[in-house]
Amino acid sequence: MKTKLQKDDDWDLIIQPKGAWFELGLKEVWQYRDLVQLFVRRDFIAYYKQTVLGPAWHLLQPLLMTVVFTLVFGKIAKIPTDGVPPFIFYLAGTVIWTYFASVLSETSTTFLSNIQLFSKVYFPRLVAPISVALSKLIAFAIQLLFLVCFVVYYSMSSEAIQPNWLILATPALLLLLAIFALSVGMLITALTTRYRDLAILVGFGVQLWMYASPVVYPLSSVPTDWQFWVSLNPVAPIIETFRYAFLGVGLVDVKMLLTSTIVILILFVISLVNFNRVSRHFADTV
Amino acid sequence: MALNSKHVETVIQVRGLSKHYRLGAFGFGSLREDINQWFEKRHDRKQVAQNKTKEVINESVELMALDNINFDVHRGEILGIIGRNGAGKSTLLKILSRITSPSSGSIKIKGRIGSLLEVGTGFHPELTGRENIFLNGAILGMTRSEIASKFEQIVDFSEMARFIDTPVKRYSSGMTVRLAFSVAAHLEPEILIVDEVLAVGDVEFQKKCIGKMEDVADHGRTVLFVSHNMNVIQSLCTRGILLNQGQLEYEGSIEETTSRYMSGTRETQSIKTSDFRGGLKQFIEFESLKVNDHSLDSKHAFSPSEPISITLTGDSGDDFKDAEIFVALFCDGFRIATLFDQDQATPLKEGRFESRFTIAGNTLNPARYSIQIGAQSPKRREWMISDFLASFSVIDLDNDHLQQRKRGPVNIVNQNGRRKQ
Repeated sequence: MKTKLQKDDDWDLIIQPKGAWFELGLKEVWQYRDLVQLFVRRDFIAYYKQTVLGPAWHLLQPLLMTVVFTLVFGKIAKIPTDGVPPFIFYLAGTVIWTYFASVLSETSTTFLSNIQLFSKVYFPRLVAPISVALSKLIAFAIQLLFLVCFVVYYSMSSEAIQPNWLILATPALLLLLAIFALSVGMLITALTTRYRDLAILVGFGVQLWMYASPVVYPLSSVPTDWQFWVSLNPVAPIIETFRYAFLGVGLVDVKMLLTSTIVILILFVISLVNFNRVSRHFADTV
Repeated sequence: MALNSKHVETVIQVRGLSKHYRLGAFGFGSLREDINQWFEKRHDRKQVAQNKTKEVINESVELMALDNINFDVHRGEILGIIGRNGAGKSTLLKILSRITSPSSGSIKIKGRIGSLLEVGTGFHPELTGRENIFLNGAILGMTRSEIASKFEQIVDFSEMARFIDTPVKRYSSGMTVRLAFSVAAHLEPEILIVDEVLAVGDVEFQKKCIGKMEDVADHGRTVLFVSHNMNVIQSLCTRGILLNQGQLEYEGSIEETTSRYMSGTRETQSIKTSDFRGGLKQFIEFESLKVNDHSLDSKHAFSPSEPISITLTGDSGDDFKDAEIFVALFCDGFRIATLFDQDQATPLKEGRFESRFTIAGNTLNPARYSIQIGAQSPKRREWMISDFLASFSVIDLDNDHLQQRKRGPVNIVNQNGRRKQ
C-alpha cells in the first residue's frame, strides 16, 4: 500500500524508450552551464598550449585568405567591391565567414569526435556543440579587433569607408549566425551517426557555400533576377549587414533580414528536436 | 503518515525493462546501403500480402541484451549487480546512466544520479591536474562551486598535492588513475552507479576507495555496483541481483546471489572466448575443463579424503617464452588458492596443451568450491582469466556432527598442538 501511493510526480527522473516528442532540452543545458564554461576553457588552453604561434594563427589565416582574394578576385578578376578598397572588403567578409564556417564544420562532427565521452557519461549532449560555438568566439574576437584596426586605418585615408551605428547590431548578427551554424552542424552530425559518408561532404560543401554567399562579391553586383535566389541563403543578408556596419557599403534589406531570422529559428527548433532524438540512441549505432 | 516515513523508500524502480540491438541485417554506415534497403522494403511491401517470411528473418537478428527486467532499489542500499560477460550488466548500467535508451519498459528514479563507468572520463592531457579536477567533476555532474568546496579534500585524497599544477600528460598512468578516482570518490549524488572501475590502481589505493564508498552508503546514499571481484562484492554489498543472458535470474541477499552465480549451471559444455577477460584471450583458447573426469555442466561432490584432479586442455596460437596456466580456487567468494601447472614460468609452444592440477586428499574441508581458469605471461605482462566455470562440493557424509564445527575451507592440521592445563 505504502509504496503504491507514490505518484509519478514523486520521481525526479523517468527513463523511457521515447522522450517527449517535442524536446528542446535548453533548460537542462542551463543547469550544466558550468560544464559549457569549462569546455570552452579547455579548448582555449589546449589550443594555445599545442600551437607555437598561439593566437597569431587566428590572424594569419584570415590575412592570407584576404591577400589571396585581393589578388585573385580584386586584381585579376576585377570583381567590383562597392567602391571600397578590395583588401578591407574581403577582410570583412572573411572574418564573419570564418566564424560561421568553423562553427559549422566543427559541430558537424559532434557525435563522432565525442564517442569516447558520450558512451561513458551522461550530460546534455547539446553542451558540446554550444561550447564549440562559444569557443570560436575567441578567435572571432581577435579577428574582429584586427578588422577594426584596418577599418580605422582605411577610414582615415579613404572617404568611401563609413562605419556606422549598425556596428551596435554586431552581437545580434553574430548570435543569429551562431544559431544558424549550430543548426546546420547539428543536423549533419545527427545524420553522420548513420551515414558516415556525409562527413566527407562537409568540408567541400562549406567551401561551395562560401561562393554562394556574398563573401568575395557584393550582393549589389549580382544580377537583379538572381538576387532573389541569393537572398534565399540566410547567411547572405547577415554578411551584407555586417559589412555595411563596418564599411558603410552593401545592401541592408530589413525584409531579407527578417526572413532569414525566421528561417534560422525554424531550422534551429527542427535541428534541436532531431539532435535530442538522435542522442538518445546514438551510442547503439556508432 | 508516520508509518510512511519509516518504510524503506524505493529510489529506483525498474519495470519491464528490455533492450534489443539489431544485428547484421541493418547496415549502419553508408547511405548507399540504406537506399538499397529502402528500395527493397518498397518492393517487399507490394508482396507483403503473399509473403511475410522476409520480416520474420529480419526480426530474428535482434539480440535481446535485456529481457523484461524488474527490480527495486531502496535508499541506503549497496546493490551488487552480478553476471557473466554478456549477461546484460553493462547494458543495464548504460540505460541507468542515460547513455542509451531502453527499447521498452521504464526506470523511475528519485534523487540525483551519478555514474562512474570509467575513471577519468574527459581528462585532457594538456591541462593541469587542477584544471582536470574541475573539468572531470563538471562532466560527472558537479557544479563549479561544489568542486571548489571539495577541492582540498580531493587533492588530499589523491596524495598528489605536489603535482597539482603539472599537465596530466606528464603523469604516470597510476597517477592519472589516482587523481581521476579522487574526483569520482567525492562525487556525492544520492545514487551512485559504479562499474568495474576498482580494478585499476594499486591495492592500497583500492582499499581507500572502497572505504570511501562504504562511507557514502552510510550517509543514506544508494550505490549500484558491478564487479567481477566477489570478495569486494560480498564485503561491500547488502543485496544483489544476478543477471543471466539478459534476464533477472535471482534477486536477494548478497551471499545467496554470489553463491548462485558461482555455482550456476552452464547451458553449454564448451568454454567460450567470451568467458574470459584480459589480453591473452586472443592467443590462448581453452577447450575443456574436467574435475576428476567430470565435465563442466555437472555438479559433483567428493569426500574430503579423495584427491581432486583438475584437467585443462587448450590450444595456444603463439609461442610464449614464459607462460603459466592456472586454476583459481574460490570458496564463499574468496580466492583461497591459485594452482599453477609449472613450478615457475616455462615456455608454452604453439599448439595443443594439457595441464593437470592435483589437490591432495584431506586438503579441502567440506564446503562448495568454484573454479576460474586462466593464463599469464610475466614477460609480456599479459593475462587472461575466466568467469566461474565450474564448481564442486566437498562433503563428509560419515561425520555429520563434524560439519557443525566451523572449520574454514583449508584443512591445516595443527602439527604439534598440545593443550596445556
